[in-house]
Amino acid sequence: MPSQSAPCDLVPQRSFQGLILALQQYWADYGCVILQPYDMEVGAGTFHPGTILRAMGPKHWNAAYVQPSRRPKDGRYGNNPNRLQHYYQFQVTLKPSPKDIQELYLKSLYALGIDPENHDIRFVEDDWESPTLGAWGLGWEVWCDGMEVSQFTYFQQVCGQDCSPVTGELTYGLERLAMYVQGVDSIYDLNFNGAEGDNRVSYGDVFLQAEQEFSRYNFEYANTTDLTRHFEDAEKECKALLEAGDHEEIHLLALPAYDQCIKASHVFNLLDARGVISVTERQSYILRVRDLSRRCGLAWIKTDAGGVNA
Amino acid sequence: MPNLLLELFSEEIPARMQSRAAEDLQKLVTNALVDAGLVYESAGAFSTPRRLTLSVTGIPATQPDTRDERKGPRVGAPDKAVEGFLRSAGLTSIDQAEIKTDAKKGDFYIAVVESKGETAEQVIAGIIPTIIQQFPWPKSMKWGSGNLRWVRPLQSVLCLFGEGEDAKVIPFEIEGIISGNTTSGHRFMAPDEFVVTDFEDYEARLENARVVLESKRRQEIILHEAKELTFALGLELVDDKSLLHETAGLVEWPVVMMGSFDETFLEVPPEVLTSAMKSHQKCFSVRDPKTTKLVNKFLLVSNLEAKDGGKKIVSGNERVINARLNDAKFFWHRDLDVKLEDQMGKLDAIIFHEKLGSQSQRVARIEELAKKLAPLVGADPEQTYRAAKLCKADLVTEMVGEFPELQGLMGRYYALAQGEVENIAKACEDHYKPQGPSDDVPVDPVSIAVALADKLDTLVGFWAINEKPTGSKDPYALRRAALGVIRIILENQARVHLGELISSHLDLYRNQPNSGLSETFDSQNLDAFFADRLKVHLRDRGIGHDLIDAVFSTSGGSDLVATVKRIEALREFLKTEDGENLLAGYKRAANIVRIEEKKDGPSIEYSGEVDKSFFEQDEEKSLHAELQMARATAAKALKTENFSAAMAAMAPLRGPVDLFFEAVTVNADDPAIRRNRLCLLNQIRKTLGRVADFSKIEG
Repeated sequence: MPSQSAPCDLVPQRSFQGLILALQQYWADYGCVILQPYDMEVGAGTFHPGTILRAMGPKHWNAAYVQPSRRPKDGRYGNNPNRLQHYYQFQVTLKPSPKDIQELYLKSLYALGIDPENHDIRFVEDDWESPTLGAWGLGWEVWCDGMEVSQFTYFQQVCGQDCSPVTGELTYGLERLAMYVQGVDSIYDLNFNGAEGDNRVSYGDVFLQAEQEFSRYNFEYANTTDLTRHFEDAEKECKALLEAGDHEEIHLLALPAYDQCIKASHVFNLLDARGVISVTERQSYILRVRDLSRRCGLAWIKTDAGGVNA
Repeated sequence: MPNLLLELFSEEIPARMQSRAAEDLQKLVTNALVDAGLVYESAGAFSTPRRLTLSVTGIPATQPDTRDERKGPRVGAPDKAVEGFLRSAGLTSIDQAEIKTDAKKGDFYIAVVESKGETAEQVIAGIIPTIIQQFPWPKSMKWGSGNLRWVRPLQSVLCLFGEGEDAKVIPFEIEGIISGNTTSGHRFMAPDEFVVTDFEDYEARLENARVVLESKRRQEIILHEAKELTFALGLELVDDKSLLHETAGLVEWPVVMMGSFDETFLEVPPEVLTSAMKSHQKCFSVRDPKTTKLVNKFLLVSNLEAKDGGKKIVSGNERVINARLNDAKFFWHRDLDVKLEDQMGKLDAIIFHEKLGSQSQRVARIEELAKKLAPLVGADPEQTYRAAKLCKADLVTEMVGEFPELQGLMGRYYALAQGEVENIAKACEDHYKPQGPSDDVPVDPVSIAVALADKLDTLVGFWAINEKPTGSKDPYALRRAALGVIRIILENQARVHLGELISSHLDLYRNQPNSGLSETFDSQNLDAFFADRLKVHLRDRGIGHDLIDAVFSTSGGSDLVATVKRIEALREFLKTEDGENLLAGYKRAANIVRIEEKKDGPSIEYSGEVDKSFFEQDEEKSLHAELQMARATAAKALKTENFSAAMAAMAPLRGPVDLFFEAVTVNADDPAIRRNRLCLLNQIRKTLGRVADFSKIEG
């Protein structure tokens, strides 16, 4: 198992980064493309083009990556031991979903040191839906001794497109998983680098200040007038790119257009956290982003990676 | 006779869908067998998180043979007709047809199509793939590159047919899955594949491989182990049937263990603790039988006999439960810091329904209506007003945000905590009642007023925007609300005039600035809905819809208490011999009048007054006198709502009515006398109509 050959500091039970490295190693060994995080603010690993766009069209695709995820509303100024406005997801997408996907997943847990003879691992119904992405799927949340450690989804529809073949998506909540394997009760107490004594770096050392500052920004300081305009700009740009790139059979600007869709989505989340969106407006914002994502999906399937030449 | 064993092995099936799926599988397969002429002896279906299993015993080895005769043209018919017959019957030459002799019509050809019944194996191989492909899951999905839909990926199919050791695989293929005779055991404790010979062998081998096939047995095991664990500590399990059923659907091999949580969480209301442990963690609560109070323990149901005896599983669950309860405690204290009336502001921002406005507008309407209702149900007006004002405030508390199922209950706790009087606090909880046909109705007058106001506000509102229940769809639970109103009124004998309340409440909606009411609203429509719901309610208590119609068409039914009293009096009356005969007499009289009116043309009606001077026989006179008497007595009784007395006033009519029909010829030769007699008969209809419309009564 990869974790055992790792240097002592990088054993998943001792360090946050060791956990990430172990997962990367495991899925690289399986044959996944190990991507890096997408360089934009997203609410979940699913938004990464490596998942959402690649889930459409006929081409096969196996990838894994860490994605920092931002949920402005979940900020708690660093006071809550379980909730963050910025956290990590480890994302695996396997298309088509292999027959032994559950086994593969379970073995990845074993690789992290979770022993199936002593831990109660369960697949509990949990269907997934993203209104902004026009996407849904069926699956489970995976429980380990009553703790939700992953999300497991078979995508059925993405950006309004039916998925065929079907992508299997595995999302590990890294902080939670790390808290579990390290046996700590607060995210901020996680050992990040695996070192002890003076060299020990905790999750709090790395991120507590960021949580405090971004909570202030998300809830108090974000300039809502500017943000509202940013939303409109991103929406406008997205539509313009969708139009400019559309050449009947093929589309030449699907990825840049999708970036604007992601941007609009994140700006909406910020506005929502600032509490300036009323209930009715909220629905209309969601529909606007959903419309962008749907159109990006239509553009994507007219690209090479989207399978236009397949 | 041979038996069938079918197992559909898949990834984890949602617990809530398992029992229904097993029933559906049994129904679909056995119906298809019977349709194919294969009548079986018995069948049983089972489910675990990973498998649906069906066992059918005593299936005939083959379908019965069939013989079908098809009639053809007469012998000697033109060639064209003969050719057409051969083609349609699938014959190549007319020699293959038989000739049937018929003395009257002459001889003609018949084609006899005899088909040998197929073997049961062939039939089963045909029906199972279709059933799998069309299985009625509430939600289904595709996976991998295939096109098959199942609730989660289907991994293997076991299909055995025959007797005992001789049973063989029925071969078929669905989307690359080939039927076989193997299955697998528990995912972690016995994952290897094994071969199965028949149902008994299957069940036993599964048990060996750490799978209890029957959900009922898994439930029994959980219950038994839970009781043993608690009993040993002098404690008691808090029973929860739905949780028991759900946990049995989450494990193939139940192992119950006990964990503890921090004692300080016990300061939080017990319902909150139970909800937190149940809804998030599927754990049972434990209490002390002496005090009936919760203790700081919980029971978890795991799917594993752990090597370490479950130490890690218990400590993992304890950490999650402690974190959950810590959240709950945090919410409890946060909410206690804010007065309910100070929460109200947040209701502005919550839309009740786009066309009906915000939650705070809804609360304002409920306040108005509750104020109107208070004196009618004997509630203190100030208390009612206060209760109505606070009744929805808990919706915006942190606790209800986290545990929506605690709405109302938290309202009561928070109201008590801020010093509201008991019946105001109680109304915060009880105004949601009754939540279903078996739930209690509120009995305190303040609760009654608020509960009625809440439900009527919803009903009038959704009616006014044309969102009525249709068929099986009732997304706003309006049927339940209407039944709730009916039960609250009847069980508390509350004298309210529904029709008036509805129309005045509609005005409130009309005056609300942002409401999007439909132009075509008709409040009678809502009255009819109540009448329908009342019928359903009374039907469940054994009262026929005809009696309800009979009373509604007389009294309108707006006052439910009086209506039901009248219906019950009518039912009692019709049970008596007098009542039964009088109903027959009524029908006879009404029939004669109707027939004669029809005969005499459209402009003729016998609704006029009776003229005593045209009476010729004593029977006419005495009937007339009795009718007048009955009318006067009934009118007096109706005034005091003495419906039994009103019905009893009709009883003496029976004799004179019978005598009249025996002795008097209605269709007299003299048209004036005939007319008078018809008018007299019509008086029977009118008089009885004072108490109920007997024409609606069946039988």
